[in-house]
Amino acid sequence: MKSQNIYLTGVGGQGIGLISEILLRAADHADLRVKSVDTHGLAQRGGIVVSQIRIGESVHTPIIPEGEADLVVSLERHEALRGMNLMLADGGTLAYYDTVWQPLETRLNRVEETSEALLEETCAARNIKLIKVFQQELTDPRTQNVVVLAEIDRQGLVPGVRTEHYKQAMDDLMQGSMLADNLQLFDHQQLPA
Amino acid sequence: MKYMGDMLLRQPAFSEIVMGNTAIVRAMVESGTRVVTAYPGSPTPEIATAIRSIPSDKRPFYFEFSTNEKVAMEVAFGAGINGHLSTVFFKSVGLNVAADVFVQLNLMNIIGGMVVVLGDDPGANSSQNEQDNRHFSYLSYIPMLEPSNPEEVYRFYKKAAALSQQSGKPVVLRMTTHVCHAKERVSFDAWSPASLDDTPRFTPENGPYIPLVASVFPKKRAALEHLKTVEEWADSNDIHQTLDNGNKKRGIITSGMPFLSLMDVLETASEKPDILKLGLAYPIPGKTVLEFLRTHDEVKVLEELDDEMEKGIKALAFDQKITVSIIGKTDTEDWIGEYTPDKVRHILHKSWPDAISAKPAASTVQPAVPARPAQLCPGCGHRSAFHAIKKALQKSDVTVADIGCHTLGFQEPYEMGQVLVCMGASTAVGSGLSLFNQSRKVVAFLGDSTFFHAGMPGIVNALFNQHNLTLVLMENGTTAMTGHQNHAASGKNFNDVTDKIPVRQALEGLGVKNIHEIDAYKEAGLIDLMHTAVAEEGFSVVIARHPCMLQFTKEQRRKSGYKARHVTINQAICDRTAECIEGFACPTFTRNSDGSITVNEDLCIGDGSCIQNCPVQAIGR
Repeated sequence: MKSQNIYLTGVGGQGIGLISEILLRAADHADLRVKSVDTHGLAQRGGIVVSQIRIGESVHTPIIPEGEADLVVSLERHEALRGMNLMLADGGTLAYYDTVWQPLETRLNRVEETSEALLEETCAARNIKLIKVFQQELTDPRTQNVVVLAEIDRQGLVPGVRTEHYKQAMDDLMQGSMLADNLQLFDHQQLPA
Repeated sequence: MKYMGDMLLRQPAFSEIVMGNTAIVRAMVESGTRVVTAYPGSPTPEIATAIRSIPSDKRPFYFEFSTNEKVAMEVAFGAGINGHLSTVFFKSVGLNVAADVFVQLNLMNIIGGMVVVLGDDPGANSSQNEQDNRHFSYLSYIPMLEPSNPEEVYRFYKKAAALSQQSGKPVVLRMTTHVCHAKERVSFDAWSPASLDDTPRFTPENGPYIPLVASVFPKKRAALEHLKTVEEWADSNDIHQTLDNGNKKRGIITSGMPFLSLMDVLETASEKPDILKLGLAYPIPGKTVLEFLRTHDEVKVLEELDDEMEKGIKALAFDQKITVSIIGKTDTEDWIGEYTPDKVRHILHKSWPDAISAKPAASTVQPAVPARPAQLCPGCGHRSAFHAIKKALQKSDVTVADIGCHTLGFQEPYEMGQVLVCMGASTAVGSGLSLFNQSRKVVAFLGDSTFFHAGMPGIVNALFNQHNLTLVLMENGTTAMTGHQNHAASGKNFNDVTDKIPVRQALEGLGVKNIHEIDAYKEAGLIDLMHTAVAEEGFSVVIARHPCMLQFTKEQRRKSGYKARHVTINQAICDRTAECIEGFACPTFTRNSDGSITVNEDLCIGDGSCIQNCPVQAIGR
């Protein structure tokens, strides 16, 4: 099977670490050979958080070459464009949660906020499948990552990894009400709209 | 849920997905390590996270976060000469702090064994430089092992521990950022807990432990002789790896993470050179390297950061008169940055374009995205402090930064902290800036953890030599930047509740006469205090105190009945002066396309530190 490169990005505090660990463990539960690496450190202070996952028999390092991600997952709109620019292969897939955490230059009125239209145009020009995720009535913004995860599962974006594998991975990492709430949200997102 | 602590103590053999920083803790358990010390610094703090996952009553070793890296190494050394296998870990630049003790270690008979674990940071992901700590092994004659992935971290630590126990000499395990943080499934051996032996075995007869003239030379001789046996040990312990691709023309010698990048690049190469991967970064294993050199026409040395391996290998070839062509670094760029697969492809393509293709050009459709520098968190007391202090100072005054979250104050719009070198340096750098300087006030910043780490000597010096400057001690009660480790003024150490060493009392004890303190949120009061402090002759201190709000909010969220709070902007009052964005600059304030300003409720924690700064009082709770 062809190797699969998944690049996850967002802003510190959005829960990139958890969604990445779930994807990593889900791929492992699906008996795929998988490696990953997160950026730590300054990320938590409102900077960019990145996690990389690579699946395949002939993968040696968890670091994805630039422009060679098959799937970019972003929890924020600016980071979706940044991640796509740097990492996504033409013809790949971008799945992002459509929220905006404005970068400093945008707040200071120097650079325009990245628009949905710009993302759409760029994806069209590069033959990239664009999946926008947004859930209006979410009570806790910190669960946006699970909404995105459910969409990754629903659309089968990671070949070979199925619903039960994601749930097994969530069960590895969480317990009690946190697990129950996240599983409920995950299941709910699977229902036809 | 899988509990990391249970896994780390599991007795039968097993495999699990772990990061390098977790794998090493299982290796400590299996090796019978008894004392582990550290100072927090990326990329290593998750080693302590894994250690914490083992309940303290089940933990087979003692662990502490020491006040700095030098102290941590000294504690580990003391335990080692008392017969306990010890380990110290910290980040790359931590070894500069610990260097004074580190360079002595090889002169000592460490009967229990001692492993020094370094987290180097090629690419300077979270460090002020990307220094190559292999140099320190050359300086001190201490063997260094270099794992490339979590599996090797586990295996090499166990080997290093065994070698150190058997030789009584220290061994360094050099990890790098993406070895520490890489995650993959690792197979672990079975573990049978041995009964713990607490016997204090220190005796001067195991020494000499006083390295003065008479004993220095024999000890140095022994350290140098030991290196020869380490080369042989590595050869017979599967430390190196040779990949025979049947290529007698071209070979590559590499090590660590660059080896994995190389393997990725060669997946699509039209020609695969043979590979020698060295697990020993120091000393260069002569026999193994010479054998490889003799059997190839051309050998590329693929080496991240500096050129220690290249120099050693070239010297070996020269001495042995081997007519192999050795290709080392070819330009300045080869010395810079992490050797990712892209970087390795580029480097190999420069030397062997026929075998390794260049990377195809990236898509030209790349709309610009605004940069996202790290920011002080919403509610951070440092923000309030910088916002106020900037108002209290003249534009020509000089501000000196130190290491910690507050370093971020150098950014717009605060621009507080114009020079930064290393941990604890701000007071002394400020002292130097104050000499002959009657016209520009000097203000240094320092965090509370850094105060204990390396800040005090600079303060003592400022008093002793009567320097004229103001120190702002940014006290948030924790070591925030690296993940909220406790420090001497926290009232807790890693294991227990402990007596606080209050920063103010420490300063008073040292003899600082002008000490002012205030909650950093009280901006008007802080401005007044700063005016007073900078006008005082000599050394003055302003303690700007506010607990780390990231930590505080995390703790609040864990409590039942937690309700998220946030401020709101009354749009009828807001006149869009935008002081909240342009002066105070909390990232929760969002500028909308119609010019209105709103609050990002996903980010705002409702601390209200912004309210005082709105000139028209449009912000409320």
